[in-house]
Amino acid sequence: MSAHEGSREGYDFAHPLPLPLLFGVFLVLTALTVLTVFQANFDLGSFDIIVVMIIASVKAILVGAIFMHLAFDKPMNVIWFLGSFVFVALFIIFTLFDNRASHKDNIPVMGDGAAAVAAES
Amino acid sequence: MATTDAGHSATADHSADSHGHDHDHPSYLAHHFDTPEQQFDSGKLGMWIFLVTEVLFFSGMFCAYAIFRAWRPEVFEGCSQFLNTKLGAINTGVLLFSSFTMAWAVRASQLEQHKKTAALIASTLCCAMIFLGVKAIEYSHKWHMGLLPAGLFTYDPNNPHPEGTPNYLAYICAPFAVATVGILIWLVVSFLRGAKFQFECAKPILVVFLCFFVGVGLGTILESGESGEHAAHVEGADHAAHVDGEHAGDEHADGEHAADDHSEEADVEPAAEPEHVEAIAGLVAPGAMVSSDNQLDLVKRLASDNTNTGSKGELAARQAQNEMAYGAITYNVSDDSSATVAAAEDDVMRKSRAGVFFSIYYCMTGVHAIHILGGIGVLIWLLVRALRQDFNKNYFGPVDYVGLYWHLVDLIWIYLFPLMYLIR
Repeated sequence: MSAHEGSREGYDFAHPLPLPLLFGVFLVLTALTVLTVFQANFDLGSFDIIVVMIIASVKAILVGAIFMHLAFDKPMNVIWFLGSFVFVALFIIFTLFDNRASHKDNIPVMGDGAAAVAAES
Repeated sequence: MATTDAGHSATADHSADSHGHDHDHPSYLAHHFDTPEQQFDSGKLGMWIFLVTEVLFFSGMFCAYAIFRAWRPEVFEGCSQFLNTKLGAINTGVLLFSSFTMAWAVRASQLEQHKKTAALIASTLCCAMIFLGVKAIEYSHKWHMGLLPAGLFTYDPNNPHPEGTPNYLAYICAPFAVATVGILIWLVVSFLRGAKFQFECAKPILVVFLCFFVGVGLGTILESGESGEHAAHVEGADHAAHVDGEHAGDEHADGEHAADDHSEEADVEPAAEPEHVEAIAGLVAPGAMVSSDNQLDLVKRLASDNTNTGSKGELAARQAQNEMAYGAITYNVSDDSSATVAAAEDDVMRKSRAGVFFSIYYCMTGVHAIHILGGIGVLIWLLVRALRQDFNKNYFGPVDYVGLYWHLVDLIWIYLFPLMYLIR
């Protein structure tokens, strides 16, 4: 049975990804993991979190675009998925703004005497 | 049959159809869809919407992480020393590899390479099990040391490996061991009864469950070869003290707030007459806990003499100790804290500090592990279907959807790993 001969509209829609692409993405992801572990040896100060997040995001984009086929997917699926991250960003950023305003109000936590004994060492 | 030529050879068995009504669609195409592509796209949209809910669900935990880390960065830096980076990195690699085999499995199912599809799904499952095995080592080790969520936190730097704790690793492994034995029995029974398909299913599933113990072994090797976590007992404490110094500015600001609350206790009683000088001999050794109120009273009376600066310092130290012993948060109430126990008071290794970190750690990694368990469930279902050769170039939706879920689990770990394990 040849692939497209006699096939109707809506059949034969699979687009298998080339194997070298999948292999390549896996190798890049592994390399980035090694990189992110390696960079933890250096004290980058407050840039630390930014560097780590950039590496993680590059990995996430690779997984999303290639492994999850988002690069070849229907635009609607991409919009759904990326849209959720907009809300995640709103959620976390606004909470952190509020956090910054109120972080000086310390709420005393009572009743953790057990571990406090260790404080002498 | 009009459409058998358009679809796949699997559509040929339509004669067995008992629905009765007019039928000209392949067996894998549900009635309410016109074409396999429409069916696939609908399923995929549904899957994406589910994944959106998953992202939002996890974002709540990431938000909690962000709040508490912004609040007390030193706690996160100190406590992440207890997480074994090697184990985390190995698990990241294992998960990435499983993502790769999953993506390959989707490709194989599209190309109708049935054997390859099943083998790749089984590899994904094996990776999932190895991940859980390594996780079991991580969890049991921390539980043993008392590094637990805030309510249960009992870690003591002086005694990091308490005797007589239950064998947590055995408890975690028990369900997997029972399942493995069950599958072994299933394998033998299906072989003896000649149930060929069941035997074919049981074989890879047994290998998958044995992989859990491969993960446990791998974790044990890495854990024993790793002195980092044990060094962390010391390092963590040093770090905490060091960081406290760095954040002294912040602490001071906090201290000023707290000063209002504690000023009554910290202020030396303004009694005028000097008396009972002979009681010096009755002083408890510095650093010892104040056990009774009359000892404290004694020191208070001694300290009421303005010339007796030594016992003033002693009193401040005692009171700071007392507060800590009763679990109140203590800040530097006095300006001169260098000679008192107050200098080392805001220890990170307490319920309300490290305990909160470990609450977040267990919550995030635990919910992630539950997702892995769920993934193992659907992947086993998928493996059986792949062995049954259900999938073809027009019907590979289930493989693709489970793959999307699996990649999302991977995606979450990609962020979890650096945020939890790599903080310095």
